[in-house]
Amino acid sequence: MHLILFLFFGGICVAGAVNLLVQRHPINSALSLVVVMASLAGEYLLLGAEFVAAIQVIVYAGAIMVLFIFTIMLLNAGEEERSKGSRIAILLGVPSVAIGGVLVAWTLLRHSNTPSVPMFALPGDPRVIARFLFRDFLLPFEVTSVLILIAIMGAVVLASKPESVARPSAAEPAQREARELVASGRER
Amino acid sequence: MTIPLSCYLILSGILFMCGVLGFLIKRNIITIFMSIELMLNGVNLSFVAFAAQWHALSGQIFVFFVMVVAAAEAAVGLAIIIAVYRTRETLNVDQVNLLKL
Repeated sequence: MHLILFLFFGGICVAGAVNLLVQRHPINSALSLVVVMASLAGEYLLLGAEFVAAIQVIVYAGAIMVLFIFTIMLLNAGEEERSKGSRIAILLGVPSVAIGGVLVAWTLLRHSNTPSVPMFALPGDPRVIARFLFRDFLLPFEVTSVLILIAIMGAVVLASKPESVARPSAAEPAQREARELVASGRER
Repeated sequence: MTIPLSCYLILSGILFMCGVLGFLIKRNIITIFMSIELMLNGVNLSFVAFAAQWHALSGQIFVFFVMVVAAAEAAVGLAIIIAVYRTRETLNVDQVNLLKL
């Protein structure tokens, strides 16, 4: 039963990842990434990590992907066009990534005498996680909140219109005069 | 009713390699960004698998932190993409070849 569920979710996961690569339109890629994340939540549940599975669905498949799809629709992104650079990237990238994947799989299978993972192996319910998070990992948690705050401010500054960011300063007329002087100097 | 750990690790490696491949062959900047998210997901799976094997909950805490950093990165990155699109009018990375806006 465990093996069947693992293969089911893993198959959906790999199919979604390959579909992300094959699709040309960004919105199709985004939706297949949602499929990958939902099936990964199933894998986490199989491992007993209930809290991580819930966070995966809420934060990744919910918040982050909504942000992606919002950006795609805001920028009205169309299908990507094939260019010379993309053909070179496919020619060089596919074989090298295949070689890397085969190397990783070969190394893992050579050392595959590792113990097996039983179903629902560890207690991952929110109570245990919270005890860990707020006692042993309190300082990283607080630092992470500062990081989130900085990221929010950075996103607001970056995405706002340039006119609203660059206020007319006192130095601007002087700069314009200097630019005109340089231009007139070039004409002469 | 057990699964060897290497199965989880191979699935995680497949996801990571798909992310690397997408990062290399995609030309749309948003799709490249999504490939990075795919790589982060592959790493998260191996974190949770190792946590389950060693009965150490700190692996799951690290997954939590990776997700938080990914969320912050997505917010800032998409803001940068919007700023680039506003000045360049394109999302193709072949045409975005200057660092300055």
